[in-house]
This record gives sequence, C-alpha cells and structure tokens, in this order.
Amino acid sequence: MIIEPNEQQELLLSTTRQFLAKEVPLSRVRELGGTDLGFDRGWWKQAAELGWTSFLVDETQGGLAEDGFDLVNLVLIAAEMGRLVAPGPLVPVNVVAAALSRGGTDDQRKEHLPGLVAGEKFAAWCVAEPGNPFGSAGVRLKATRAMGKIVLDGVKSPIEAAPFADLFLVTARLPNGSLIQVLVPADAPGIQINELDNLDLVRRFGEVVFRDVTVSVDAEVPHESVDDELRRQLEIAAILHCAEMTGAADRAFEFTLEYLFDRFSFGRSLASYQALKHRAADMLMRLEACKATVEAAACACQERQESSSMLASVAKSWVGDAAPEIVQECVQLNGGIAVTWEHDVHIYLRRVTVDRNIHGTPADHRERIASYLLQPRKLVEAS
Amino acid sequence: MIDVEEFLLRARAWLKENLTPLPQGVSQSDRLEWDEEGDLSRELQRLLFDAGYAGIAFPEEYGGRGLTVAHQKAFADEASGYEMPLRFDIPTLTILGATLLDHGTEEQRKRYIPAMLRGDEYWAQFLSEPSGGSDLAGCLTRATRRGDEWVINGSKVWSSGAFRSSYAICLARTNWEVPKHRGLTMFIVKVDQPAVQLARIQRLNGSREFCQEFLDDVVVTDADVVGEVDDGWTVTTTLLRHERNATSGGSPYGNLRSRGPSAEPRYDLVSHAVQAGLTEDRWVRQQLAEAHILDVVHGHLIARVLAGTRASTLSPHSGSLLKLFTGTKNMRRGTLAIDIGGADAVSWRRRPSGDVTEGFGEQYLSRQARCLAGGSNEMQRNIISERLLNMPRELGTDAKVPFNEARRNRPQRGS
Repeated sequence: MIIEPNEQQELLLSTTRQFLAKEVPLSRVRELGGTDLGFDRGWWKQAAELGWTSFLVDETQGGLAEDGFDLVNLVLIAAEMGRLVAPGPLVPVNVVAAALSRGGTDDQRKEHLPGLVAGEKFAAWCVAEPGNPFGSAGVRLKATRAMGKIVLDGVKSPIEAAPFADLFLVTARLPNGSLIQVLVPADAPGIQINELDNLDLVRRFGEVVFRDVTVSVDAEVPHESVDDELRRQLEIAAILHCAEMTGAADRAFEFTLEYLFDRFSFGRSLASYQALKHRAADMLMRLEACKATVEAAACACQERQESSSMLASVAKSWVGDAAPEIVQECVQLNGGIAVTWEHDVHIYLRRVTVDRNIHGTPADHRERIASYLLQPRKLVEAS
Repeated sequence: MIDVEEFLLRARAWLKENLTPLPQGVSQSDRLEWDEEGDLSRELQRLLFDAGYAGIAFPEEYGGRGLTVAHQKAFADEASGYEMPLRFDIPTLTILGATLLDHGTEEQRKRYIPAMLRGDEYWAQFLSEPSGGSDLAGCLTRATRRGDEWVINGSKVWSSGAFRSSYAICLARTNWEVPKHRGLTMFIVKVDQPAVQLARIQRLNGSREFCQEFLDDVVVTDADVVGEVDDGWTVTTTLLRHERNATSGGSPYGNLRSRGPSAEPRYDLVSHAVQAGLTEDRWVRQQLAEAHILDVVHGHLIARVLAGTRASTLSPHSGSLLKLFTGTKNMRRGTLAIDIGGADAVSWRRRPSGDVTEGFGEQYLSRQARCLAGGSNEMQRNIISERLLNMPRELGTDAKVPFNEARRNRPQRGS
C-alpha cells in the first residue's frame, strides 16, 4: 500500500500480518460468521494491544499517535484486514476515538478513551440515516436543548457495530439548522436497536431508533466546527474503507493469479492465454492505481492538507468502482467454483461491496467532487 | 549538494527574471504545436543551459547539473506557467539522452549529451519500419560490414521530428544467421546527409511531426555503435523503457511538468459546462467528476511508479502501467469530452472569439494515438503480464530460429 514504508511501518505491517494469519484465517472468519458478534472480544483486546485502536489518539491521552493522528499506520492495518477479510469494528471505534481525542472534553476522554483504546469498550459512529443523502446534508435526526438536557429524535441506519456498541457518537441537527455531535450510552432509555442483515460475514450493522432520548448537555462533544469535524470523520472513514477494499482486491488478485498458473486447460496453463494475461494486466494497473490513490489520500489527511477531503472522495470513487470490479474479475477467472459458498472469493466480494456503498457510493463522491469543481474560484487550481 | 528548497527559491527568481509567462489560456502543449521547427525551444534550451537549469538530473561531466530527480521535478513544476523548451523533451533528452547515459561510450556521451542540453542538436528515433509495427525486433533495415565501416540500407517510419533533428538512433540488422533479437545493432546516424531521404507524414489532426526515412548506403563507423554489435536489443529495451516513462509523465530527465495533463485549457470540460449552462445536470456533473478523478489518480500513479522504481520496490518495467493508464484514460476522457460537448464538440466558432469546445472533437478523432504510439496498449499488457506478473511469454515462432529462416513480411523498400 505504502510504496516506501519506513522501518516502523514495515514492523507494524509484518506484526499485523502474522497476527491476522494466526488468529483469524479465512476458516476462522467463516466460523465467526455464524456467531452473534462476528468476532471474539478477547481477540479484539489483543488487536488493541497491537495498536489497532490507538493510532488516532494522542500519546498524552493514552494513544500511540505522536502528534495526535497517525492515519497512515491505521491505513496499513485496514489494508491487512482487507487481505484476510478480518472481523472487528476498526472504522467506528477509531473514528469515534479520533473525534474524542480531538474534540472531546477532559471528562469525556477520561470516561471513554481508555476503554476504547484497550479494546474493552465499543463505539458506533452514527451519521447515516435511512433514505437520506450521504454526509452532513443527510443528517435530519432532531436534537433539541431543553432545561439542561439534549433530546434526540430520529433514526440512524445502517450503523456498523450498533448491535454491540456501548456508546454512540450521534450527529444530529438543532432547530436552527446547525449540527451537533452527542455521546449517548447504548442503554439510554428510548433507544431501540434493530439488527440488520448485511452482505458481509462478520461485520454487524443495526438500525438505531432514538425516541425522546434524553442526555445531559455535558454529552455534547464541543467541536469548534461540527461541519468541519464531520467532514474529517467522513474522510477518515472513506480512506480506511478504501484501504480495506484495496487490500481485499490485492489478495483476491494474488490467489487468482496462482490459480491461473496452476490450472491447465487444453494442455497449457491458463496463465499462458493472452486473453487472460491482458485481463490480469488491466487488473494490476487498476490495483496499483488504487494503492497510489489510498496512499495519497491518507498522507494528505494526515498532513491536514486542504485538498485531503477531495482526495478522500477521489479515492472512494476510484477504489469503490475498481475494487469490486477487480474481485468480480477474479470470480470470472476462477471459473464456476468461484460462485460456490465453498470458494473464498465471495467473502472478499461481500466485504468490498459493503465498503463500496457505505458512507457514500462512488457516485455520491463524484457529486461532491463536481460541486467542488464547479465552485467558481476552484475552476483553475482543481487538482 | 544544494537542497531542493534553496534550489527552488533561486529557480523561482530566475524564471521570473528570464522567462516569459505563457499567455492566459495557453498551455505548454499549445506552444509545442506552434513551434514546429523547434527554433523557440532551441533558444529557450540554451537560456536554461547557460543559467544551469538544463539537464538538472544529468551528470555534470556531460553538461548537466548532477542534481536529483526531486530537483528536476521541482523545477519543472515551478516552470509550468512559462514558455519552456519542450521540444527537447521527447525524444531528445528523456529518451535518447537517457539511453546514451545507460549504453553510450564515454566519447559518445561527451560529444552528444552536452549538445542536446545546450539546445544545439535535436535527435530522432529510427526504430519502426513500414513492414513491422509492434514487432520491433523483426527489423529489416540492414547494416553490412565494408572494411572498417558499416553500410546501412532500409526504411524507417513514425520518427517524430526527424526533419529538425541532427542525429538519430537507428536499429539495424547486422547478423541474419542468428535469432531475431540477437542480430541487431544500434547506430548513431547523421540525419542531414544525401544518403538519408526524408518524407513527412500528415496525421489526421493535421500534425506533420511524423516522418519516414529511406536509408540508401548510409555509412557509419564502429565509433557510432551504441552498446555492442549484435546486442542492439539490450539498448532497445532500455530505450523503450525510457520512452514509456517519458510519454506517461514519469521521466526524470525532461522539462515538462511530470504529472497528468489535467489543466489543459483546450480540453477544459468544466469551463464548457459552465458556459453551456450544464452545471445542474446530474449526469454532466458525474462526468465532469469522472474526468477529474482520472487525472488525479493518474498523477498519484505516476508518483507511485516513480518512487517505486527509484526505490526498486517496483519493477523497472512498471512504466508500462503508466503507459497503459495513459492510453485507457485518454479513451475515456475522449468519450467524456464529446458527450459533454454535444453538438459544440463537432462544430465551433473560429478564433479569436473561439469556443472552449474547439479541440474536443479533434481529440476524440485521435484519442487512440496514445494507445498506439510508443508501444500499443496491447504490447503494454503483454509487458505487464510477462514482466511484472511473470506470466508465460507469448509464443513467437521466430524467436529461436535464425532470422533468415523466419517467416516475415517482405521488405517494402530498401533492403
């Protein structure tokens, strides 16, 4: 994923890869698919010890990020998870932890960060609403302030990790039209969680209904600008999903290539047919472009460049289109066996398809880019 | 060594003082078309050379600055809004200068590279032949030993800018008794001489860059051999690699800004959409974004391949990924432009008032140029699958037999 990883990144990469291969090989992922949680709580704690929950949390708050934000490391982990279609709520936990690290009050951090970082507590990131457009424009869940309380009314869906989360970070809209982010414990009265089915074997999603859910005003996360913060959260999620899709497509391409070398038809290996070689070449080109795009977006986001929000949308659009198409090419190249439950490729296809459509489809992100391109002053410098 | 920032600061001041900014709405590639004879580029190249900004990544002993690729890139980016000697980029500096660095003798490098960098001498490539396109190693132009000399006969084609070139690098067959890749030799040939007859070819877009040459008893010596006799294929492979990098924006040796051609005013879909009142059309918005995404991703891929080949984490043949991306992107972009342009893409007002769609239709007509020139998309797919993915090579029935026994096209003229 990263073209010139430094020593520390190399180490993280090999540790993560070994850990995943040992603990959650695909056979284990298949088993976990039949469980409620989709993963093992003890395993997630081990993962947390390897840094999976710490890279977006500042050192001074118990995290591992020297200047409070080390997205590139997390991107490496997400890509490795994609390679083995690993379980675990990487995106919601990290996005919420990052939001608290950056914008939370001391009390909020003290109360929630240690559990999240240790892998003992889980958070769900509640932005999406059913039937509404992606991003801030789609946030309609009502928040009203009354007598030292905040009251929430509305529905969030589909929300990853909702069925087992301890804590929700909810983006809501105040009567004056502005946005607010509020921390809500999962057991607050008025919350109803309806578990959803989804394409992925080990990811879990839910619909969260808020009916007059009342929390103290202290539950508000006091961001300087909720719009900017939400944009950044969406950016982080998009980049992590893209990294995961790229890792998944990368691995599916690898085992498909092995198959092409091993499988003989009409007295020659499939890898020797030019029609198939040319398709493999196209796949590699798109895959390398995915890696390039994810790295560029991750670095821009980490360095807080102004372009990073658009680069994240470029990535979600490009990778979101390319990765599922690459994996489906893998299905075609593996032949009939690849449409069976027994073959692993569908596990990959499930994951990339979910990642493609969650938090903005490629078309949604193209619409964002179009808005940006058509701003008068951006017409020239748009890149 | 001067660090990049310091270098850039000095370059910025120098550029402002000495070069002319491009007029509003004119891109560097527009200027390229208007400077057909290349005289403007000669002057500008000389100006750069005298100020120490020519051949920034070429070694000092051959007239360069001996700095890094990062210096060159920084300079090219900084200079992208100015008149620059782009005619020297392809093929002179980025392909042939680079190939001479890799395979030329010390005498050849000292004689020819500084003259390129000074803006004195353009070069051309005598590689393709009328009888063969992708199968370069099936070359029929022959070089025959005569005493101490070699005598070259044959015909070459698709040689860009040969009419303005002083020298060409010329692939010829020196041994017909061995398989095709092993009997070739690369020579340096003086272009302006009676034994080289030159004709210009007009492309469908009106460009007259391409040439065809007829070589009739062209005499060269051993001092003109690049690499080893009968080992011209090694030189060719290097040359093609430099060519793929150069034509895909990934060369470290040129003056042109090394990134995707995103902000070409003559191909500006966004401006057209604004002028034509299409900005609220959901479908047009999707297409504008797609065109932009292609350019941005292209830029990222160039950066990745450059970094990866430099650090040897990617194969040196990865330039083929860029070449294929450029070709396929150009196809898609051509479609997007003609769709968004509608009727305005096929008819437009004349300059000077002009329409922004001028060029959309022409680009569409020749959008395949980049899928063909410098090795077709299909050749790139062969290279990617065989060199990067180690898939089995295509069966060539002529690769193992002596060339004079292999089946081949009949020569069209000259050999």
